[in-house]
Parts: sequence; structure tokens; C-alpha cells
Amino acid sequence: MKLKLIFIVFFALASCKQESKKETNVKEISKAKAIKTNNALEIYDFNGIEPFLNIKDNKTYVVNFWATWCGPCVKELPHFEELYKNYRDKNVEVLLVSLDFPHQYDTKLKPFIKERKLQSKVLVLDDPDMNTWIPKVDENWSGSIPATIIYNKNERTFFEQSFTYEELEEQLQQFLN
Amino acid sequence: MKKTTTLIVAGCLVLLVSAFAVKKIATAEGYKIGDIAENFTLKNIDGKMVSLSDYENEKGVIVTFTCNTCPYAVAYEDRIVALDKKYAKQGYPVLAIMPNDTSIKPDDDLNAMKKRADEKGFTFPYLIDEKQDVFPKFGATKTPHIFILDRTEVGFVVSYIGAIDNNYKSAEAVTTKYVENAVDALIKGEEIIEKETKAIGCSIKVAKN
Repeated sequence: MKLKLIFIVFFALASCKQESKKETNVKEISKAKAIKTNNALEIYDFNGIEPFLNIKDNKTYVVNFWATWCGPCVKELPHFEELYKNYRDKNVEVLLVSLDFPHQYDTKLKPFIKERKLQSKVLVLDDPDMNTWIPKVDENWSGSIPATIIYNKNERTFFEQSFTYEELEEQLQQFLN
Repeated sequence: MKKTTTLIVAGCLVLLVSAFAVKKIATAEGYKIGDIAENFTLKNIDGKMVSLSDYENEKGVIVTFTCNTCPYAVAYEDRIVALDKKYAKQGYPVLAIMPNDTSIKPDDDLNAMKKRADEKGFTFPYLIDEKQDVFPKFGATKTPHIFILDRTEVGFVVSYIGAIDNNYKSAEAVTTKYVENAVDALIKGEEIIEKETKAIGCSIKVAKN
């Protein structure tokens, strides 16, 4: 009995420790790999973004490729924010990867993030050699945005489409069950 | 104790197995390399109808899905004009098609297209896919999206699908000109080395029923 109790305590501690390690994962990557920062923005080439697409912890990641100039992206962005709000306590992380043009970081992207008070983590991808990195995101991606990946350490699905909140939540649920 | 261990082992096994369950989503359908493009007839900005079959005396056509409103398409306008300038006289003219639904993108309507073509000095037809039934046949998903057709005895063969070059930001920073390489290969009668390339673009806007 005593042995069993020790075992349970040990197990609980071990999983706790793992839990806290996971919490810092996204932050650790982002600290290490940003090629340049532009005040509030974290700007990456594809090599810098790739680790965010392959985090192997216990969380489920919803990664949305978007830009302020992309109408359908801007339209669906509130759904990703809502999803983050509703699932942040359920081991879900939302990453918004902006493909905005560098000359519009200050005039469009930063004001947009501020005005919309975006809560999800925003990363900026600036890598013009698209033919090299698009197939690495997903071999079926033609390159149109919006595009979204939902993944965890066990599975991954790629979507080249727009979402309603219900559709997005339905897809996420499949990863949480 | 033993039971717990067994459970943990079983749990690990389940995790391992599910780790390899990767889901795939079907891709957009449309022409593949080597397919024969069907004829189509669409309205040009001058009001006249233009068909693919009008190009039967050319060696081929650089079909370019583009629009006024997508920043990537706009970034490539001058380069599309340059392509036509270089290759029309060699038998491979540009044929531009605007695929968006204009109720969603009013700035892509025929008047706006005409205005933009005048401003940028388009030297090629700029057609509107009003019924939105041509771009799906090609499998175009975004603007800009290029399909090089090579005219052969059996018809217009889809020979290249993808991007214009490898740097949207600046024509000067380009190191690989995919479309030029492909057309040059066709002119020389050589195999196109890169037949398909990828680039970011704006999704083609379709009205929901």
C-alpha cells in the first residue's frame, strides 16, 4: 500500500515536471530562433518557423497562416482567437503565422495586432523562397492562404481553406478526444 | 503494482501506434502536368470573346491567373508584362484570366480590370472567368498561378504549373526564373526541369451558395 502511494506521488510529480517544461516550449523556441525583431514582432525565416510546426509535447497546436491583406484570413481570425480563449486551459496553443510584407510591418501588421488585441501568439514569416518551404509545411499546399495546420505529437492535419468557428472547433475536437 | 506497470506499458503502446496515424486531406482537382487543356471562351476587357483555340497558330500560351486586388499578383504585374514582351514574339504569349467572384471583390470587376490593364500597360488579353468554371478545370487555387500550355498535335499540353520565379519581393533578388526556364526549355525542345513550383498567393474568391 505504502509502495503504491509512493509510486503515485512519484508519478504525479514526474508528470507535473513534464507539464511545466511544456509550458515554456513555445517561448523557448521563439527566444532562440527569431532572426530579427521589430519592436513587438518576432520575425523568422522558414528555418526559424519550422520548430513551431513540430513541437512534440502534450499540447495540440493550431497554426494559422494569414496576412492582414488577405480578406478571408482577417474574416476567420476572430474564430482562432475565440478557439484560443475557449481551449487555452485545455492544452491548446494557437499560433498565428503572418505572411505580411516587410514594408507593411509597421503600417499594417503592428496596428492590426494592437487594434484587434490579439491574444494568440503572432509569429512573422519572411522567407521569399517559397517553393522551398511551402512543401515542407505540407506537400499538398498549393500556397493559397488562409491555410491551417492542427497537430499534436500523434497526428497532423493540413487545411487549405477558410473556417467558421464551428468547423474549426469540430476539427480541433478530433485531436482532443 | 504489477497491474499498474502493465497498464503503463499498454498505454505507451497505444501512444506509439497512434503516433503514426497521419491524416491526409484531398487536394484541389484540376489539370496535371501532361494533361490536355480543354478549349474555353471568356470575355476580354474590351468586351470581345477570346478562346484558347484562337491560339492555334502559336507554339503555346502562358496562362496566368491574376487579379487587381491580391498583393502578390500586383507584385508580379510588371514581370508578367515582361514575360509577354519577351515570349510573345517567340510564340508563347501571355493570356491573363481574372478568376475571382466580383461580388466579393468588386475591385476585380471588368471596369477595374480594364483600368488596371491600362495603368500597367498590359500587352495581352485580360479575361474574366465570370461563371468561374474555367479556373477549376485548371485547378488554379490562387493568384498569381501560372499554367504554361504547349501546343502539340493532340492539343494544348499542360507543361508547367506554379510560380513565376523564386522571389516575390523583388525582381532583382530573383535567382531562379521558373517560367522563363520552362518556356526556354520548350523553345529548345528540351525537357522542363522544374515542372511544378509553389508560391504563396491569395485564394481565388468564390461566392458561397
